[in-house]
Amino acid sequence: MSSAAATPPSVDKVDGFSRKSVRKAKQKRSQSSSQFRSQGKPIELAPLPLLKDVPTPEQPELFLQKLQQCCTVFDFMDTLSDLKMKEYKRSTLNELVDYVTVSRGYLTEQAYPEVVKMVSYNIFRTLPPSESNEFDPEEDEPTLEASWPHLQLVYEFFIRFLESQEFQPSIAKKYIDQKFVLQLLELFDSEDPRERDYLKTVLHRIYGKFLGLRAFIRKQINNIFLRFVYETEHFNGVAELLEILGSIINGFALPLKAEHKQFLVKVLIPLHTVRSLSLFHAQLAYCIVQFLEKDPTLTEPVIRGLLKFWPKTCSQKEVMFLGELEEILDVIEPTQFVKIQEPLFKQISRCVSSPHFQVAERALYYWNNEYIMSLIEENSSVILPIMFASLYRISKEHWNPAIVALVYNVLKAFMEMNSTLFDELTATYKSDRQREKKKEKEREELWKKLEDLELKRGLRSDGIIPT
Amino acid sequence: MAGAEGDDSLYPIAVLIDELRNEDVQLRLNSIKKLSTIALALGVERTRTELLPFLTDTIYDEDEVLLALAEQLGNFTMLVGGPEYVHCLLPPLESLATVEETVVRDKAVESLRKISQEHSPVDLEVHFEPLVKRLASGDWFTSRTSACGLFSVCYPRVSSTVKAEIRQHFRTLCSDDTPMVRRAAASKLGEFAKVLELEYVKSDIISLFTALASDEQDSVRLLAVEAGVSIATLLPQEDLETLVMPTLRQAAEDKSWRVRYMVADKFSELQKAVGPEITKNDLVPAFQNLLKDCEAEVRAAAANKVKEFCENLPEDGRETIIMTHILPCVKELVSDTNQHVKSALASVIMGLSTILGKDNTIEHLLPLFLAQLKDECPEVRLNIISNLDCVNEVIGIRQLSQSLLPAIVELAEDAKWRVRLAIIEYMPLLAGQLGVEFFDEKLNSLCMAWLVDHVYAIREAATCNLMKLVEKFGAEWAQNTIVPKVLGMANDPNYLHRMTTLFCINALSEACGQEITTKHMLPVVLKMSNDQVANVRFNVAKSLQKIGPVLDSNALQTEVKPVLEKLATDQDMDVKYFAQEAISVLALA
Repeated sequence: MSSAAATPPSVDKVDGFSRKSVRKAKQKRSQSSSQFRSQGKPIELAPLPLLKDVPTPEQPELFLQKLQQCCTVFDFMDTLSDLKMKEYKRSTLNELVDYVTVSRGYLTEQAYPEVVKMVSYNIFRTLPPSESNEFDPEEDEPTLEASWPHLQLVYEFFIRFLESQEFQPSIAKKYIDQKFVLQLLELFDSEDPRERDYLKTVLHRIYGKFLGLRAFIRKQINNIFLRFVYETEHFNGVAELLEILGSIINGFALPLKAEHKQFLVKVLIPLHTVRSLSLFHAQLAYCIVQFLEKDPTLTEPVIRGLLKFWPKTCSQKEVMFLGELEEILDVIEPTQFVKIQEPLFKQISRCVSSPHFQVAERALYYWNNEYIMSLIEENSSVILPIMFASLYRISKEHWNPAIVALVYNVLKAFMEMNSTLFDELTATYKSDRQREKKKEKEREELWKKLEDLELKRGLRSDGIIPT
Repeated sequence: MAGAEGDDSLYPIAVLIDELRNEDVQLRLNSIKKLSTIALALGVERTRTELLPFLTDTIYDEDEVLLALAEQLGNFTMLVGGPEYVHCLLPPLESLATVEETVVRDKAVESLRKISQEHSPVDLEVHFEPLVKRLASGDWFTSRTSACGLFSVCYPRVSSTVKAEIRQHFRTLCSDDTPMVRRAAASKLGEFAKVLELEYVKSDIISLFTALASDEQDSVRLLAVEAGVSIATLLPQEDLETLVMPTLRQAAEDKSWRVRYMVADKFSELQKAVGPEITKNDLVPAFQNLLKDCEAEVRAAAANKVKEFCENLPEDGRETIIMTHILPCVKELVSDTNQHVKSALASVIMGLSTILGKDNTIEHLLPLFLAQLKDECPEVRLNIISNLDCVNEVIGIRQLSQSLLPAIVELAEDAKWRVRLAIIEYMPLLAGQLGVEFFDEKLNSLCMAWLVDHVYAIREAATCNLMKLVEKFGAEWAQNTIVPKVLGMANDPNYLHRMTTLFCINALSEACGQEITTKHMLPVVLKMSNDQVANVRFNVAKSLQKIGPVLDSNALQTEVKPVLEKLATDQDMDVKYFAQEAISVLALA
């Protein structure tokens, strides 16, 4: 064909067609921080003695002083300013980390508000805008938090504090309250994966130690997810939050509360619709399976939900869905399977005949799963008629020989399972197709008649048909 | 209408409903999209009693189907029997307004708003308002979110008792415990304020506005900014200072950049809403701060508003304010570290020249234009060049031409083809402003160089550019400067360049007229019919078809026809195809 000649091969080397990640690889890792509003003046902190150098009774007071000093926040976007003081704060934070890990008796009641204040001053901030307008977590390098040298130590310190044997939630709950948790949750949107990792541990500890905050935390996570699904499609910490939820779900008491079931159906299932599913699919599927292991009667709504949101155009997502469905089928109870098998296998039959071979292949792999095979076998009289037409057609038509081979195996398996039905279906295949065609024709005629009618009436009385 | 219902029995509802239930989503979707046809077939009575109940019950479907349904129902009033029966449409739309998917819900709300206008005042109170109340007190956030969009359409047409209830419901939703609902309420606050009586704006709306503007979530606070602008337009000037300004001042200094960004983005509207006095006292310093914000997004949003803000300043004192307060910030932005900021500024900065007049432009703005023309980022330079017309009017483009030329040349040779493409698109405009002499001297060679660019999109744009230039400078100019060079390329060893000759001829023949086309172009085209490359030959056929209408019938019969006939027997099937097509289009058979 000569028509392609109009577009000569491009020799432009700096064009916008290379993958973003390739183009970006050369740039230095970007850093950003919204933490600091420049004050212009250099910062002075008066050096304090080391905690270990003062007598034990004076330590708690010195500890408080050091916490107060660490409330000072530095500008890390300006790499040259306050170098000495930055170093001083770093070493002080390091000392505090060690101190809360090994010391005893330091945690006076006055210390709690100071610790929370220091942590809040350092970690709570409006996250900076993303470097690129359309930050794509799969393609783009994350923007790293510039103040990490301090921030990391503050997180480290806070975790040691929460885990310390002397830590008393009953005192701390006055300071670690709903507002604190809300701000903490917002930080999960940080682009810096190191920060999200620390946040995960922090939130997990708080969830574990503050019973009064649990329902609140769950509700706020709900809100974050709903906003993510229905409003913005943007939130960096979904995987981390799901990971925490995975272990929370594990601990749910039976029978499950309505609140938890609603969370499954109205939040977790819709999370499957998000474009960036691949970034948190593993954690999401884990949560779903956790729920089903707790309460098998949820299987039907879950599978129906997945079928409702089944990807129409994105093959990669379809493969993920098939993977998750197999995880679910691995734990499904036969009684639940029967309830859902018809719509389920209609979808599987569509996947099997997908022109995208990875989708077809992933679906056909179900027949390698012994448990699923046993379920199919038990219900072959229902499933075989659903699957037959697709299988029969692909065995003749699919472009990919590997798929054709797999389909032959599946057909063979069906034949062995239920040979009478199989023969019947083979015999009626042609007449069934003809019947379908006839029905299709009847449909077309019906619509033609309806349209004629609309036209006639439209002419007769203008205005009836809205335009 | 009654006469139209005679043949209903032909279409039993079951058949139609089967269509709406078809297993294939695509077919179901098609059927829903033709729902009006089905309703028409059923007649108004059965649409009300059979079709609508069915639709209400089968609300569980793919979102795509539901979206189509929500849209259809907004246009259904006549199909259920007119305004008298319009309330029959409420039950299915109510269910649709509670689904999870935002687009479906929004569409349902849109349709509800539409049909609310078709309700009589009585029906509005009996049927519509209760629906709004049910949605507003729904369990799940989706229905409460939908309710937010419905208050303002029914408020003006109900009794004062019902009005009071509506205000109460809106108040409740503004302090809902899910942020999604508060966001929905905040985004409808301005709209709702507009339909309220002034006394309630002062007593109710202001407190809601203040509360939403200090919400713990910045996503709520930023929506309050927009509402603030609407509210400010409703209040008498003397109340603005006490009721709205404290909150807006606070928003301009919010700790979240998203909120500050919103303020910057809405700055022109805000300026108009609060009037000249507050603008001078409050907005000028606020605008300065936004231009100096620590977050680049905010600076870019503010930079975008520089021209509009200056334009709308009260005329008395405008120049002083700009020169002493705004221009210093603008100067700093010219050398901003962020290219988006610079490019936002470059897209509006030229507009300041009309406001400041010739002398100020030459003394203060020109250096900035020149600096931006030399900016490292091509987008900045492009934005300056694309707005040259503003300066042209004030000081004439000559002032700039010395710096303009290097900038244009550099862009013309930029490594990114999209940049080259953008500058080509400004060529006709530049040519018009710079005049034919300057153009011939400095820019003509660039335009020719693009014709042999290695990217097709550039060659194509260059061809189109030539056509526009000829339209500007005339056929004679074309004959002297362009045509010889274009035709010269017909002998180029590279077949792509030979084809460019043909593309140019396609574009130019009409503008150049019959004489030049027949005398100069046609011989070249005809000669190229012997080209070795099939692509060139079939493009000859296409060109002949294109320029045929410009030629006289003698040339067509004696010169074009034999060549096309020969091409129609070519070995290559594409050449044959296009030759035959040309023969039939030109009616030479």
